[in-house]
Amino acid sequence: MGEYQTHEHDVLVIGAGGAGLRAAIEAAAAGVSVGLVCKSLLGKAHTVMAEGGLAAALANVDERDSWKIHFADTMRGGQYLNNSRMAELHAKEAPACVHELESWGALFDRTHDGRILQRNFGGHAYPRLAHVGDRTGLEMIRTLQDHGIHQGIDVHMECTIVDLLKEGDRVVGAFGYDRERGRFRVFKAKAIVLATGGIGRAFKITSNSWEYTGDGHSLAYHAGADLMDMEFIQFHPTGMVWPPSVRGILVTEGVRGEGGVLKNSKGERFMFSDIPDNYKKSTSDTPEEGWRYVMGDKNARRPPELLTRDHVARCIRREVREGRGSPHGGVYLDISWIKEHFPNATEHIKKKLPSMYHQFMQLANIDITREPMEVGPTTHYVMGGVRVEGDTQMSTVPGLFAAGECAAGLHGANRLGGNSLSDLLVFGKRAGASAAKFAKEHGAGKLDPLAVDTAAMKALEPMHRDAGENPYLIQQDLQEMMQAKVGIVRQELELHEAVGEIAKLQARADKASAYGNREYNPGWHTALDLKCLLTVSEISARAALERKESRGAHTREDFPDKVDEWGKYNLVVRRGKDGEMVVEKAPVMPLRDDLKKVVEENK
Amino acid sequence: MGRVNFKIWRGDATGEFKEYATEITEGLVVLDAVHQIQAESANDLACRWNCKAGKCGSCGAEVNGHPRLMCMTRMNDVLAETPPGAAVTIRPMQAFKPMRDLVVDVSWNFEAKKKIKPFKPRKPDAADGTWRMAQTDVDRVQEFRKCIECFLCQNVCHVLRDHRKHDEFIGPRLLVYAAALEMHPLDVEDRTTDLKDAHGIGYCNITKCCTKVCPEHITITDNAIIPLKERVVDKHYDPVGSLWRWFHSPEKPSDGAVK
Ligand code: SF4
Ligand code: SF4
Ligand code: FES
Repeated sequence: MGEYQTHEHDVLVIGAGGAGLRAAIEAAAAGVSVGLVCKSLLGKAHTVMAEGGLAAALANVDERDSWKIHFADTMRGGQYLNNSRMAELHAKEAPACVHELESWGALFDRTHDGRILQRNFGGHAYPRLAHVGDRTGLEMIRTLQDHGIHQGIDVHMECTIVDLLKEGDRVVGAFGYDRERGRFRVFKAKAIVLATGGIGRAFKITSNSWEYTGDGHSLAYHAGADLMDMEFIQFHPTGMVWPPSVRGILVTEGVRGEGGVLKNSKGERFMFSDIPDNYKKSTSDTPEEGWRYVMGDKNARRPPELLTRDHVARCIRREVREGRGSPHGGVYLDISWIKEHFPNATEHIKKKLPSMYHQFMQLANIDITREPMEVGPTTHYVMGGVRVEGDTQMSTVPGLFAAGECAAGLHGANRLGGNSLSDLLVFGKRAGASAAKFAKEHGAGKLDPLAVDTAAMKALEPMHRDAGENPYLIQQDLQEMMQAKVGIVRQELELHEAVGEIAKLQARADKASAYGNREYNPGWHTALDLKCLLTVSEISARAALERKESRGAHTREDFPDKVDEWGKYNLVVRRGKDGEMVVEKAPVMPLRDDLKKVVEENK
Repeated sequence: MGRVNFKIWRGDATGEFKEYATEITEGLVVLDAVHQIQAESANDLACRWNCKAGKCGSCGAEVNGHPRLMCMTRMNDVLAETPPGAAVTIRPMQAFKPMRDLVVDVSWNFEAKKKIKPFKPRKPDAADGTWRMAQTDVDRVQEFRKCIECFLCQNVCHVLRDHRKHDEFIGPRLLVYAAALEMHPLDVEDRTTDLKDAHGIGYCNITKCCTKVCPEHITITDNAIIPLKERVVDKHYDPVGSLWRWFHSPEKPSDGAVK
């Protein structure tokens, strides 16, 4: 093995967003040595972008709420493809995780009697999201960061992992480079937690940052782990659409939670015209009732703007397609109208949605207290990810754990807003604890020097290739293709084409070259990211091709209906013996009888 | 708007400005321009960014000499201030060690933060084992907790930028952090001695340059630093007041020392 800077930790956590930080803190608390690797500086991960809040059945605002209802809402939102054990643990443990965060210094908005305030969100029966204005993610990551830096965790900032190292079946380390100098780093670890977030950068219009290249998904796949539910990609209904440079930037669902309404160019609240059967009972049919709900009337049903994200995104797409869109191809989201109802609405909006106000003012010259925003769907979140065991978060590869967005299971076919931040805490904590336990029970493995040298050689290839293609162009072409063919609405032919195009793009990526030297060279980094992006794109395209029905976030034009038979299966993708991609049906985890009862009671 | 010329700093401390041109269309921000240049003509141009929405604080740089978040600075505003015929200049933040192009070494901020005593809550006092807090008390610190750690304030503070007192002064960002802790409704830690000695709050002479550049519009000096200075003065330079406090304190320090 060549000479590399080598680090040794009992537990290595890859990714330092909410899940990674929470996992690292928990592992450190268990008394093992912990390394935390992140691609950016600490505290910059995508969690900072989360706006709306963190779902937990604290029942502070509506005492009727309980873990059971949160569980039932999560399962309904996920169209029952969820890992029900994870949905159960999540609903039960989220409240304690919120309080724990508070004990570490997080400051949530308060109720009149001084408890944590909760707001309405799509798909949640009761006001359930603990929040801080519209910057809950920042509050959360900063709290974890400021607590985490005192726990003896070794943080490796601006470091990218490109390969997992195995000994037999088990992972024993990771290989990567630091961005600053471009030096290779070898990490030896007894257990590894993947907490790398999502895959949004595979699409052109996305709310995700450059980091979201599906690293954890791809690392796990190439290490032989099962991935699951990768056809389910959430397109958040409200991203900015204008000006072009901000297209895709998230507009929080909190706007609708605070009373914002969606309108088409004819001024109609089009969400009233298509309410799915299983939500009819809980959705208001008049604007008047919807408003009463927003104002906290417990007898009112929620406005249709707060239906699940998959549904709202499809309705917006329909309005635009049928010619009732806004000038820049979106629809209108209006919060300023609440002025009709209360005198100090302008202040109220600025107080409840400060960063939205700021964002529109500064980037689009729009004052949201006076005029509507133009919004349209944006790639936001992947429900699919590493297939894990519900209690421990261990993948099908021993020693390899996953938590947060890069793990599958909790959200099924569609995630409810607010369930992500709580996911990060509940399962970050569990993954950290299980990884620490695994590390204590297993000795250090042995690194295969050949595998390390091969990884290093591969990583340098783009630098050694002269006159190859510009990696940025390949990335852009991939993003456009995925947007067009594996986007909100899919069909057989296009998905087939997508798989073919990915192979061509792969061939181009194999010849991409990066010039300049190794120090902080984004061209080189982009060339290396392509492997992950192409891997996850292919996995998603193949899974989407396989699922011949429409369910949750997966919509097939050629199979527009939900098919009961398909409700029995998750799709699992793994690397076959000869390196080929295998897509396989796996039966959905059976619902325990007591949980079945909870679901029935809350239907 | 058409093709616009840029001068961008390339390399480390020994680097130089290089010229680039790219097509600027409606609504673009400076970071878009940098990304276009990166994709078109300088693949290896280094810059930090994440959110592109002013939320992560990664993309600070000096645009036409002004410290700004590149993702929240619109090109039409920049062009309006650029003399006709001149190029838009972008250089890295100057108070930190240059690494490469627009990327600087900000690790000092992370190290300095660790030296500030962490949050220490009082015992939970509600029946359910948690706390009750009034919104008004929470509101007081929310302003400080909005900080996105862009370090633009650290970049303009003359104590750091010109006098290089990094070993003795934690700078405005970390004073905001200390204020968030000190004024946290649950916190019971005392950081005043550290603020005076280890953190060098006395170096700040209230020039307010930090407040002016803060993209989160945190009133750093008036709301964070001055009240902290008052606390320090209160505890350390006012023997009568301290004595009074000691006699009236519900929990006297057991060793009898005036804390
Ligand atoms: S007010 Fe104080 S902290 Fe702010 S820039 Fe001036 S000297 Fe520095
Ligand atoms: S206080 Fe303002 S300028 Fe300073 S780091 Fe925080 S957000 Fe940036
Ligand atoms: S990229 Fe996040 S603040 Fe500019």
